Amino acid sequence: MSKTACAIVGSGNIGTDLMYKLQRSPHLELGLVVGVDPESDGLAKARGLGIDATHDGVDVLLDRADEFSIVFEATSAWVHRQNAPRYAEAGLKCVDLTPAKLGPLVVPPVNMGANVAADNVNLITCGGQATTPIIHAVARTCEVPYAEIVSTVASLSAGPGTRQNIDEFTTTTSAALSEVGGARYGKAIMVLNPADPPILMRNTVFCALGDGYDRDAVANSILAMVDEVSQYVPGYRLKSDPVFDEDLFHTPGGDVKARVVALLEVEGAGDYFPPYAGNLDIMTASAVRVGEAMAQSMNGGAS
Amino acid sequence: MARFRLTDSTLRDGSHAVAHQFTEDQVRRVVSSLDAAGVPVIEVSHGDGVGGSSFNYGFSHTDEMHLIRAAVEEAKQAKIAVLMVPGIGTKDDLRKAADAGATVARIAVHCTEADISQQHIALAGELGMESVGFLMMASMISPEGLAEQAQLLDSYGVGTVYVVDSAGAMTIDDARRRVSAVKKVVSCQVGIHAHNNLSLAVANSLAALEEGVDQIDGCTTGLGAGAGNCPTEILVAACEKSGISTGIDPLGIMDAAQDTVRPIRPDQGVIDRDGLLLGYAGVYASFLLHAKRAAERYGVDTKDILLELGERKVVGGQEDMIIDVAMELQRRAAAAQVAGQ
Repeated sequence: MSKTACAIVGSGNIGTDLMYKLQRSPHLELGLVVGVDPESDGLAKARGLGIDATHDGVDVLLDRADEFSIVFEATSAWVHRQNAPRYAEAGLKCVDLTPAKLGPLVVPPVNMGANVAADNVNLITCGGQATTPIIHAVARTCEVPYAEIVSTVASLSAGPGTRQNIDEFTTTTSAALSEVGGARYGKAIMVLNPADPPILMRNTVFCALGDGYDRDAVANSILAMVDEVSQYVPGYRLKSDPVFDEDLFHTPGGDVKARVVALLEVEGAGDYFPPYAGNLDIMTASAVRVGEAMAQSMNGGAS
Repeated sequence: MARFRLTDSTLRDGSHAVAHQFTEDQVRRVVSSLDAAGVPVIEVSHGDGVGGSSFNYGFSHTDEMHLIRAAVEEAKQAKIAVLMVPGIGTKDDLRKAADAGATVARIAVHCTEADISQQHIALAGELGMESVGFLMMASMISPEGLAEQAQLLDSYGVGTVYVVDSAGAMTIDDARRRVSAVKKVVSCQVGIHAHNNLSLAVANSLAALEEGVDQIDGCTTGLGAGAGNCPTEILVAACEKSGISTGIDPLGIMDAAQDTVRPIRPDQGVIDRDGLLLGYAGVYASFLLHAKRAAERYGVDTKDILLELGERKVVGGQEDMIIDVAMELQRRAAAAQVAGQ
């Protein structure tokens, strides 16, 4: 079986972490890493691994587009908006790790199959990858009028792109809670914590529960989903069993009589950043998962 | 001429003390009495800022945009301010607040994270709002570190940088050194926002004034998170007695405190063990009511929750950690009981 050739555009934290994970993929062959900074640590690391790397920008990839099938975008939402039409023109499929939200929003265990043929798919945000599976898990058992997530990451793991665009993080994630997760209304909150030593990425998911929910069905569905995500993000785990609270809650999606709270922790694989940066890990692990599914679909479903 | 500009945050920080249940009628009465006493800026928002209504922080009784509009209608001379915490609120919330008539945007970040506020400060400018950078939990950072963050905010174009003692953990010397370090490096104005967990809010504000602070926050009766804020009426009385002009009528603000704000929470001003512990352990004051509720629900002690939150160096916004800590304390207690049998 031959591997599908791919490239990474963006040699920052995300791009470099992704590089290490693609090295281990049985389906994808990383042939080029593109950056813009000659001093980039990521490009030096790529060359060290014997991977072709350039700091001359995306034109290098486009000139050689016929050598590649899939490109992973690890730049910024703004840069991706410039690059996306050029990839399409060059016949490159794209897995977008920025919050640009041009293609369909994809979370592997929720809707990957339905979007694998798209030319451009978007991976939302780290918080979106960590929390929408749980909302989907609840929403497949009962109505979820409102879902809310709080995503807390170590300050050191949030790069300049995230810091300057924290609003894009919250609005893109909020959209995914309803569009992908299946809640009627969603709200995302992001917190940066500067504690030293750095904290592991944490996510709290609150789902308002519609009348007639079945406590066991909700809990079991969440546990099954955590298992599924941990297949590709080994450090993804619940801090404790889901907590049910019965009270009257006046949510933006309407009044409900109960909620479920899931407390999650994501420990990274420590590929490029230390293990506390589960937020980087879940993005790049999801990207590999989606890229592999695209490759298998392009090769006629054979794996 | 007033020596400093006072911002009264009863209707924002005080929102924590009433679990975000302010009604339109309360807002109208408080704004009208503060405005009549001469308070120049009145802040109105969910306690965690615009967009804060949520499971994590508590849902608002009344839509805050509705409350802001009511405040704008009542105020004859006072400007109406809003707080916005990037990551909790969004630029959209700020636009709505501007539409509702708010003219001061206070952008609040943890004291080490100034660089996440640049886009919101820029937007405030585009909306024609005065902008304030609000460095929370400033007791957790050195005066030098705080000054660096203040410089960033200054470079983004804020009109004022605030030193915010969200945990009410600063001694007089702590407050003095931080204000002085910030004052030395910025070209914009500097403010102080004090909490009263160590009973030092007024003293710290007066010390800050000696260091050249231009603006001070208060809450009438101290109504606010934790053991409460710097009580506006007491600050005004203490200033006037010290010959520091405030531009506010001391008897008018005392009446507003006693007749309008005090009835909302008659026990405000008592510093009990939990309130004091926040200041002692340096914990975000807004956690208090959440911790009390979790303590009751999980059968653990509020004191233990607060101390553990302090140990873990939890920052503002991480109210979800309170559930986590309470459940862990409950598990530990259960394990200890099994071991003891």
